[in-house]
Amino acid sequence: MVAKVLMTGNAAIGEAAIRAGCQSYFGYPITPQNELTEYMATHLSRRKGCSFIQAESEIAAVNMVYGASLVGVRTMTSSSSPGISLKQEGISYLAACELPAVIANMSRGGPGLGSIVAAQSDYFQATRGGGHGDYRTIVLAPSSVQELADLTHKAFDLADKYKIPVIILGDGILGQMMEPVEFKHEAPAELPIRSDALRGARGRPSKFIKTFTSNPAELEEINWSLFRRYELIKRDETAYETFLAEDAELIVVAFGIAARIAKGAIRTVRTEGLKVGLLRPITLWPFPYEAAKELAKGVKQFLVFEMNMGQMLEDVQLALEGQGEVSFYGRPGGVIPTPSEVARVISRLYYQKGLNK
Amino acid sequence: MKKVFTRPKSLKRNTFHYCPGCGHSIIHRLICEVIDEMNLQDKVIGIPPPGCSVFAYYYFDVDMAESAHGRGAAVATGIKRAFPEAVVFTYQGDGDLAGIGTAETIHAANRGENVTSIFINNAVYGMTGGQMAPTTLSGQKTTTTPYGRDAILEGHPIKMSEILALVEGAAYIERVAVNSPANIRKTKKAIHKAFQVQLGKLGFAMVEILSPCPTNWKMSPYEAWQWIDKEMTKVFPLGVIKDITERGDAD
Repeated sequence: MVAKVLMTGNAAIGEAAIRAGCQSYFGYPITPQNELTEYMATHLSRRKGCSFIQAESEIAAVNMVYGASLVGVRTMTSSSSPGISLKQEGISYLAACELPAVIANMSRGGPGLGSIVAAQSDYFQATRGGGHGDYRTIVLAPSSVQELADLTHKAFDLADKYKIPVIILGDGILGQMMEPVEFKHEAPAELPIRSDALRGARGRPSKFIKTFTSNPAELEEINWSLFRRYELIKRDETAYETFLAEDAELIVVAFGIAARIAKGAIRTVRTEGLKVGLLRPITLWPFPYEAAKELAKGVKQFLVFEMNMGQMLEDVQLALEGQGEVSFYGRPGGVIPTPSEVARVISRLYYQKGLNK
Repeated sequence: MKKVFTRPKSLKRNTFHYCPGCGHSIIHRLICEVIDEMNLQDKVIGIPPPGCSVFAYYYFDVDMAESAHGRGAAVATGIKRAFPEAVVFTYQGDGDLAGIGTAETIHAANRGENVTSIFINNAVYGMTGGQMAPTTLSGQKTTTTPYGRDAILEGHPIKMSEILALVEGAAYIERVAVNSPANIRKTKKAIHKAFQVQLGKLGFAMVEILSPCPTNWKMSPYEAWQWIDKEMTKVFPLGVIKDITERGDAD
């Protein structure tokens, strides 16, 4: 049996990354994710064959990740909202060069310097590419410390499988709260090197990795090739959870920590006889459009709840294609609603729409 | 018959796209000669920049990977830390290394990263059409300093080699030029030494090379060579600026 340990979410990401074979971490301090950088300084920096650097900036850190990924090792960086904006240049290059990497965003309030309190206002940035160019990143949205650990491991596997940067979109609460967590894997003794790595032309012709071309037709083909891979990811990797959705008259759609809050609210309104369920996307990109559409065959009322001004809302509207009515409740800026507040919102909507009749 | 001169093994048989009189083709060749002489072809990973030399991977027959503007030193750091057996060099222009990438360069040097930077200083942004560079001389006309660079308005030409010489982790910094056969030979020696410093794990090494850009300087190649001697070397004097190795010369 695997022992459970009590850990912050940020430290759990670090431990899971090491156990996934992450050999190099490059970061830059920003609240609320510093515990991860500190964990890597303590636990990764002295491991054989591994490296840790506190970089001079977020931009430098993500470009160190780019360098480490070029030579075929598992590598990651992490930051929080304003820092992720700076990393977007590097993420675009990683996507263009088809290099695997894991980037954790323990997001906080924005725009600008914003607040250091958890928010979900980086949804657009994470799911729409974020940097320049026509690209996507896989976006995983955990809602517990255990899931942070599990999805961190999965993030490395997905990154390697599809040669793509994978974003873990957490938030300041998840990063800093402590929960029991169990790690299902041991760190590999033999560290794997990706077979297509750039490690000097020993025994083979030299090769180069580039994105620039003066030929638009060549770049168009690269873009289509990326697009075809994104279609495979949509088909095979879309993940979501439903909660008490079987008999529901109203479905709440929420991700990450908001989904956790929504679950508490749903339990409360269920005790009052309200038939309310939850759809929680685990992959924000690819978004579970089909799952939402499937639910809309039986349910006509949807409530999107986010800690922002309505970003995932647009994906839910796209998914439902006009089937079902979509309401929205959002708290931007780092305000964290309580389950009872969300329960009141659900309850009011339920009666307004006549679902009790 | 004895063959006395040949194309370096690590230089591909492609025709350079550079303008007549440009220094890049000379410097590419020198690096390749050094790679051959030091038997490094299968260990090297090169990082070309954006700019005129973005296509360097079409010429160097070694592993290479593109980097974003200014990020060469950070990419080289990631490569070297993750794979210390690699021999890593960045090839960067003045806008790249002394402008947008100042932070990455200074901090890589400060950490004493065992990488080699080849810094091409031609006092102008080449590929984007001749705009002011951080190293543009005072009074020099460019498309964005049409009345000549004015220190009050645009600052002074920045001396990266002197700045980097102050940084603890920098082991070897030398400024050379490719505007005469004698200077070209000195440039090759400096590149050789910069790779030796890396192999000896002594820290960060950089060779700054004053290089002609006749097209954007609006000069003939010969005038451009003369301009380096007459104007550039007054602001950017040639010579070893820092050398922590025992012998203190470039042999």
